[in-house]
Amino acid sequence: MSAPRPAAGILPAAIAVFRRELLAEWRTRVAVNSLFLFAFAVLVLVAYAVGPTRLSPEDRPTVNAVLLWIVLFFSAMTGLSRTFVHEEDAGTAAALRLSAPPSGVLLGKLLANVALLGAVTVFIVPLFVVLMGFEIRDPPLFVLLLLLGTFGLASASTFTAALVSKASAKGALFAVLSIPLLLPPLIAAVSGTQVAAREADFAAGLDFVRVLVAYDGAVTTAAFLLFDAVWRE
Amino acid sequence: MRVVKGLGFTVKALLGLGMAAICWAAFLWARPAQNFVGESSRIVFFHVPMAWVSTLAFFIAAWHSAVYLRKRRIENDDAAAGAARLGFVFCVLATVTGSIFARVMWNSYWNWDPRETSIVLLLLVYGAYLGLRGALEDPERRATLSAAYALVAVVTVPFLTFAVPRMYQSLHPDTVLNVRGKVEMSADIRTVFFSSMVAFMILFFWMWNLDRRVSRIVRERAA
Repeated sequence: MSAPRPAAGILPAAIAVFRRELLAEWRTRVAVNSLFLFAFAVLVLVAYAVGPTRLSPEDRPTVNAVLLWIVLFFSAMTGLSRTFVHEEDAGTAAALRLSAPPSGVLLGKLLANVALLGAVTVFIVPLFVVLMGFEIRDPPLFVLLLLLGTFGLASASTFTAALVSKASAKGALFAVLSIPLLLPPLIAAVSGTQVAAREADFAAGLDFVRVLVAYDGAVTTAAFLLFDAVWRE
Repeated sequence: MRVVKGLGFTVKALLGLGMAAICWAAFLWARPAQNFVGESSRIVFFHVPMAWVSTLAFFIAAWHSAVYLRKRRIENDDAAAGAARLGFVFCVLATVTGSIFARVMWNSYWNWDPRETSIVLLLLVYGAYLGLRGALEDPERRATLSAAYALVAVVTVPFLTFAVPRMYQSLHPDTVLNVRGKVEMSADIRTVFFSSMVAFMILFFWMWNLDRRVSRIVRERAA
């Protein structure tokens, strides 16, 4: 490949980083494989142990909602740190620092993580619904919560991955740092999913949608403001 | 660069005497409140100030983190780390005292009431912050990255503190920092309570002051 050129602005840089992430991932498929296999393994375990029949009908919305977000959350913890950690490990971080403005790097990697987590979600959710007999009374609300929730998961995880890539004990530290940041959106997403499963009342779930929108906006903004200092360290 | 000075004899003496007086008043002068099991209302003089101080300490740490990222003075990192270490201790104490109170009052140690959930979140944030600091060797990198984490965390903490209680109809009586409690406090309880709040804040500032001064000495010795 030719020597890296400084990108003109944030958006072209972000698109370049995004495409590069997807391309690199497609060639090796490491993160994709680990993410999908992990999610699938947890799903198989849960479906076997709990399944559609072992829960009483009143408990099903509550428990299934929690289990679904547990699968998604731990999939995120498994696969989303690779984007920065691998950069440092492979020694390509310095070249990236020279080629693109920090916000462009963050945006590109954020979009790549969103795409990755989104792909896992698209794969897992239908399987989960079928294998667990998860009845969703309000599909539009459910889809909205999935979109907002996975974006929030990816956003906070990408920033934490950047922090962790410079530290020792990266694997354990990534989950430890991410969990406190992700507790609010997870609580909102789980509660909203429970509402979506129980009743076809979009308005009732709107509180949780609002929390997720606010959280996604707040954390993504904070990440962009702080990333410059983190990246240059 | 501004050197942190000690608090001085008068403040420390007043703090010592004041705390002693509050401890005496909390157990021997204030009457137990109504609607509480036995003498258990006395915990409000200790549990609430500690929970408040642990929250305050976190915002102080976040403030100094922001100033550090701006000015890059290592003293701000010392201040942030010190506030976080102390805040963590106060947070653990607040959680434990709250849990004991819940056991006495409602016969179960933990209920995931919104306030309980937010103190656990604060505990996790402190743990994560201190864990991150522990994993970073280089002082400047440690300061920068932990400052960045503290600032992202300060953005997310209000969600559980303010948003979640509005989302849930808590079936449990509000346990801490509730308006209901303040309005219904009798005069003697109110006196001891507010004195205790002030005393615990001064206690925190004193301990934090000591920590900052020690950090500076340790850093200068190592250099």
